[in-house]
Amino acid sequence: MKELFPAKQVMGFVFSLILTAIALLVYFLDLSFTAGLTILVVTAFVQALLQLVVFMHAGETKDKWAIYGNVYFMILIAMITIFGTLFLFVWDM
Amino acid sequence: MEFFERFAIPHPSPAIYASMVVIALTVIAIIAGLTYFKKWGYLWREWLTTVDHKRLGLMYIISAILMLFRGGVDAIMMRAQLATPDSKLLDAQHYNEIFTTHGVVMIMFMAMPFIFGFMNYIVPLQIGARDVAFPRLNAISFWLFFMGAMLFNISFVIGGSPDAGWTSYFPLAGTEFSESVGTNYYMIALQISGLGSLMTGINMITTILKMRAPGMTLMKMPMFTWSTLVANLIIVTVFPVLTVALAMGTMDRLFATNFFTSSNGGMDMLWANLFWVWGHPEVYILILPAFGLYSEIISTFSSKNLYGYTSMVASMVIISVLSCLVWAHHFFTMGQGAASNSFFSITTMAIAVPTGVKIFNWLFTMWKGKIRFTVPMLYSIGFIPLFTIGGVTGVMLAMSAADYQYHNTMFLVAHFHNTIIPGVVFAMLAGLTYYWPKMFGFMLNERIGKWTFWALSIGFVLAFFPMYITGLDGQARRMYTYSESTGFGPLNMLSFIGAGIMAIGFVLIVYNIYYSIRYAPRNIGSDPWDARTLEWATHTPVPEYNFAITPAVNSVEPFWDAKKKKHVLFPEPLKKIHMPNNSGMPFILSAIFFVWGFSFVFAIWPLVIIATLGIFACLASRSFENDHGRYISLEEVEETEEKLGGAKK
Repeated sequence: MKELFPAKQVMGFVFSLILTAIALLVYFLDLSFTAGLTILVVTAFVQALLQLVVFMHAGETKDKWAIYGNVYFMILIAMITIFGTLFLFVWDM
Repeated sequence: MEFFERFAIPHPSPAIYASMVVIALTVIAIIAGLTYFKKWGYLWREWLTTVDHKRLGLMYIISAILMLFRGGVDAIMMRAQLATPDSKLLDAQHYNEIFTTHGVVMIMFMAMPFIFGFMNYIVPLQIGARDVAFPRLNAISFWLFFMGAMLFNISFVIGGSPDAGWTSYFPLAGTEFSESVGTNYYMIALQISGLGSLMTGINMITTILKMRAPGMTLMKMPMFTWSTLVANLIIVTVFPVLTVALAMGTMDRLFATNFFTSSNGGMDMLWANLFWVWGHPEVYILILPAFGLYSEIISTFSSKNLYGYTSMVASMVIISVLSCLVWAHHFFTMGQGAASNSFFSITTMAIAVPTGVKIFNWLFTMWKGKIRFTVPMLYSIGFIPLFTIGGVTGVMLAMSAADYQYHNTMFLVAHFHNTIIPGVVFAMLAGLTYYWPKMFGFMLNERIGKWTFWALSIGFVLAFFPMYITGLDGQARRMYTYSESTGFGPLNMLSFIGAGIMAIGFVLIVYNIYYSIRYAPRNIGSDPWDARTLEWATHTPVPEYNFAITPAVNSVEPFWDAKKKKHVLFPEPLKKIHMPNNSGMPFILSAIFFVWGFSFVFAIWPLVIIATLGIFACLASRSFENDHGRYISLEEVEETEEKLGGAKK
């Protein structure tokens, strides 16, 4: 029976609920803007990766290099855009 | 009546009323003509539901040519308005509208579909595939582009055109300063056609990576295929940024959010930032496939293989990386400091290096080659010096300190037309002439073609070089008139004359098509240019399955090797062929998208909700559809091959 029970998915589901609850805390607790946003950004990215790996089955097929390659590429582009924008409008304005 | 008042034009003029009449008459004529000649069924079966990459490619190209004329009329009106000082031909509002629509139409609805047309038509043939990887997605891409373009184009007769420039900078594009629905049209129409572009990007990358003929390694791909791969990688990289920026802009305009407002924590400069994160790579999306076409043409008509294949590929990849690191050079004057301006200055100037490598490779390809001065080759030879001037002025603009002088003047306008016209437009016309026999089975007239080339080149130089001078003298871009004392008058008149000569060139293209349909010989075979790559190895007209037998590839130029070095291109026997089925869903889905966009523009929410449900219904129905394609039987393949002159060996 053990191999039929989707332990990974159930654990993933619980973990994603926990992440959602942590994110929701930002609304109820009286945090500073920076602290709140940090929690939101971190939980959002972990949540996205969790969904990708556990529920969208990235890494379970032979073309996993393509899927992870795309993810790394996407992160790289996002980083370029974000840090470029910060460079322009915050650090050098 | 109150409901219908929103559709009125805020700034009507006799010209707009006349175009309303013309549009109505054209629509009536098309409907009547289709009914009279009983062509509705033909149109639906053969074109509206097709998933064939060749037909979709042709439809892209036809749409692009139509849009070229629409954008061209805007351009002529602009030049006519500026030809004399204190001109009263157009008022400021109309001038704003035509320079906005000229920019959007030419970039998004002329240049983009033109290159997509060539990608669609040529790439599967060049890599020996039967179609693209996702044929139905390809049809959705086309119809989304088409509906986006149509939505944008009806703006000038229903509700008013956008008037905030093709860059649509906030806060000017916000509701405070642009009250009419024009900018809504901009946001929504670009969103719809941008979705199509993103899908094409995914489709082309998959096609090129997964469906090459056996033996064609990445470094044996023809240069146009390489340029398509790189351009589509850029599309997938940057179009999401445009999607997000447009969505934020739409929300600012329709739902009163504050992303790009200048109050309530919004930041108007962020729009310019996001727009150019997409916008600068976008110009490389346009120019790289153009470079690919030039590479094919120059190699064919120099009767030599392309010089420096590896460095050509490397320079394109380097350009694609650098193109994502230069966007701030569009707003050096916005107020950021010297450090960031220097950074973006240097990355911008660095792009000149790989581009220069490509220029020298083309020159070395021609060096000691047996050059044939055909029309496509003339465009390619004309491109090299003209584009280089555009590149050099680009490096001038890249110097951020000097840019404070050039910024927002006609110097900039001259620069980007100097890269886009010889770079992209010439390439499209060269490609059109070059691939015309493959598409239609006859050649365009060479004599008229050469006249066209000279009219366009001379017209181009006369139209745009004076702008460098007036720009340095301080003529601002997008200024609808100027006083006589500025002294801009004579050079602007020269520009107008140049624009007129270019217009003659474009009319000559239409005449050439008409003339060639009537008089060109039809028995030209399948390889009229003595070309080198796979797309010329199949029959003309190309059968729907492209190649009856999958070609075997041994080098960059398998067809040339088959002709000259006894390479066996089609080693296997004929087999039955698996092809995708036609589907009406892409057209229906996109038509619903049109309704969705239109009701979004005018904030007719019930219709938006209904159309959204319709879109999801189309998506859901696809999930329940069981379509495994169809087989063309061996007998049918044999029959087709026989009719086209026997199976190719």
